[in-house]
Amino acid sequence: MAQQVLSITQLNEYIRGRLDADPLLNQVAVRGEISNYKCYPSGHHYFTLKDESSALKCVMFKGNAVRLRFRPENGMKVIAMGKVSVFPRDGAYQLYCAALAMDGVGDLYAAFEQLKKKLAAQGLFDPAHKMPLPKYPGTIGIITSSAGAAVHDMLRILRKRYPLTQVKLLPVRVQGEEAPGEIAAAIRYANHYHLADLLIVGRGGGSIEDLWAFNDEQVAYAIYQSDIPVISAVGHEPDVTISDYVADLRAATPSNGAELAVPDQDALLQSLDSMSAAMATALTRHLKSARQHLDILSKSPALLSPAGYIQQREKSLDLLKSKLISAQNNSITKKNQRYIAAVSKLDAMSPLKVLTRGYSMAQTGTGEILRSVSQVEPGEHICISLCDGKLSASVLEKKEEPVNESVQ
Amino acid sequence: MNQSNKTFEESMARLEQIVRAMERGDVPLEESLKLFQEGTDLVRSCQKLLDEAQLQVKKIMTAPDGSPVEVEFQDEA
Repeated sequence: MAQQVLSITQLNEYIRGRLDADPLLNQVAVRGEISNYKCYPSGHHYFTLKDESSALKCVMFKGNAVRLRFRPENGMKVIAMGKVSVFPRDGAYQLYCAALAMDGVGDLYAAFEQLKKKLAAQGLFDPAHKMPLPKYPGTIGIITSSAGAAVHDMLRILRKRYPLTQVKLLPVRVQGEEAPGEIAAAIRYANHYHLADLLIVGRGGGSIEDLWAFNDEQVAYAIYQSDIPVISAVGHEPDVTISDYVADLRAATPSNGAELAVPDQDALLQSLDSMSAAMATALTRHLKSARQHLDILSKSPALLSPAGYIQQREKSLDLLKSKLISAQNNSITKKNQRYIAAVSKLDAMSPLKVLTRGYSMAQTGTGEILRSVSQVEPGEHICISLCDGKLSASVLEKKEEPVNESVQ
Repeated sequence: MNQSNKTFEESMARLEQIVRAMERGDVPLEESLKLFQEGTDLVRSCQKLLDEAQLQVKKIMTAPDGSPVEVEFQDEA
């Protein structure tokens, strides 16, 4: 029996040839959990995929790894695509991984939509609940990882735009299981100790799993209950998280969050200049109008020629005086004339005057003036007054005559 | 609250008030002159505050009793 003896290399090459010829192994997709994950300086990634009872060695070369949309981590459930082949040096077969996808991402989206719906129904996204941001925040609380690029970007922008503010960094983990609890606790802590006038809560970009802490219910409630206004600044522009919906303001990125938090000192300096100019213009206008008013006053006759003004006034005073005097005189003359007329009227009406014209006045013995024959009876004494004396007489006879009405 | 920021915020508010009053022009000239002086001083002090401001960054740590403790934070720039 002529058994052919192979070298190790020959055998491994033979196995490799067999495996490479298999169409299924040439393009396979396999589900598993990452462990022993290592990324070498060469840029190649090595890890093991496993399920409950089995394991598979995997390698992902740099050329494929740069296309990864997330950072693989131990414990992550993934679907790996590639070909199974032999690594002849170790005599081991492995998966040459061309692409790696998160397993269960569909579930995450469903969970996101579910939570979004629930919180919306509870009013957590209500625009009426959103607080206005302070115009000049004195202290800004930043709740993020103290190690990431996000905090560095935010500080750089705050330093450039508005260095008058003070930053209080509340370091938290921004991904992993502990992250949501830490973020929510930091928001409550800042509120409890009134640490800031404004909070920025966020982190830099990453995979949907990386950002997941900001899709957490307890983070959402903590933001909603915060008495300090909150800016949510998570990930890159297209990433939208639950905390973006709840926050008083959503920023596209951490840098954008810092920009929205403070005024820009260049703009402030410009507005100081324009206020300066506005004050100068207003004052100039005021001075000008005061000068015009002064000019008008100084051209008034009273100030231009005081002596002439006084003379003129004296003249009109004299005129008024003479008018007054003549009016007075006039009125005295008129009154005199009316007096004389009244006196002569009175004189004409005097009973004495009547008596001189031949009339007489008869009185009863008791002094009553006789107007009717009924006042006396024959034999009674009467007294008759004439213009030059009195007669005592006695009534001889009484004869009544009808009174002529027309004469009365 | 940061003291210089408070001063800045108050100064800006007062400045806006002064500019409005001066633009309305319903204050006596003497008052207008006084406002201009006050406003000009405020502009100068605000510019100075901005020019001299240095962003202060503190990291908040927690004392054993839970109260916050501020420590300097060095931003590896």
